[in-house]
Amino acid sequence: MNPNWAEENLQTIRTLMERSAVYRRALAPIMLMAGVVGLAGAATTLFLRVEDPRLFAGIWFALANVVLVAALLLTRRQAMKSQELFWSPPTRRVVQALVPPLFCGLFLSLVFGWVSSSTALDFFTVIIWLLFYGCALHAAGAFMTRSVRWFGWAFIAGATISTLTLLVTHAPCTPDAASLTMGFFFGVLHLAYGTYLYFTEMKNPVA
Amino acid sequence: MKPDLFLQLDRAIHEKGRLAIMSALAAAPDLSFTELRDTLGMTDGNLTTHIKTLQQEGYVAVAKSYQNKRPLTTCSLTKAGRDAFAGYINLLEQIVRQNKKSG
Repeated sequence: MNPNWAEENLQTIRTLMERSAVYRRALAPIMLMAGVVGLAGAATTLFLRVEDPRLFAGIWFALANVVLVAALLLTRRQAMKSQELFWSPPTRRVVQALVPPLFCGLFLSLVFGWVSSSTALDFFTVIIWLLFYGCALHAAGAFMTRSVRWFGWAFIAGATISTLTLLVTHAPCTPDAASLTMGFFFGVLHLAYGTYLYFTEMKNPVA
Repeated sequence: MKPDLFLQLDRAIHEKGRLAIMSALAAAPDLSFTELRDTLGMTDGNLTTHIKTLQQEGYVAVAKSYQNKRPLTTCSLTKAGRDAFAGYINLLEQIVRQNKKSG
């Protein structure tokens, strides 16, 4: 008998426990859908040349709601198809992890929108959204596939680098720059990650 | 390794498929049959057989209900199942420690 069989058994048990506690539902379609909406949002704000920061925030808030509803529908559809509970314990844990950072991001952008009418507002609102969305993904990543945490870090790093670049280069915070940043992070990155998940979410049985 | 430790391992849990089922259920309050099957990559027949064995041992409880007019089977660990699983892990850890000591 392999002398390490007990250790191997313990490792298998750990892997299985992690896997069964992890949220696995419809992640690739949700990411792909969010990417398409993100690109559409960026194209809309660029095409309409939205310069009013409140209109800019309003458009993106509306699109975030579209993504949220579509994500719920996709999740529910998959749950029904697999004859599973929609509000399962893993789903509940993911939602509980997502809500606080998303609420903080929304609250801060509302406060900034209330107290300031600067034209640079939309770009800094974008930075706030990227940071808090990254934090939300990272928090939810504890209950999802490990790559979600790295995806969250990509947003946090992107927001940090964008802010530092702005501060160092004194580049103008134009509405176009805000739209392009949103398009890249919420459009292109989601599409890329969704495609990655689509091709890598293969079944890997342990038992 | 002391053979008595190995002999103390619960045979009902020690089998690979049943150990996988117990591990998956230990990390969640309950799991549907399909969730279990997909997580473990087992066939329906294989999973049913192992669950029946664990049910007979009193380690797993199976509940049948309806969701959206479709039958839903959910499995969970019983108190006896959680205790047996904890005991099994304890023994494995003792065996690992012993193996490390003996070099």
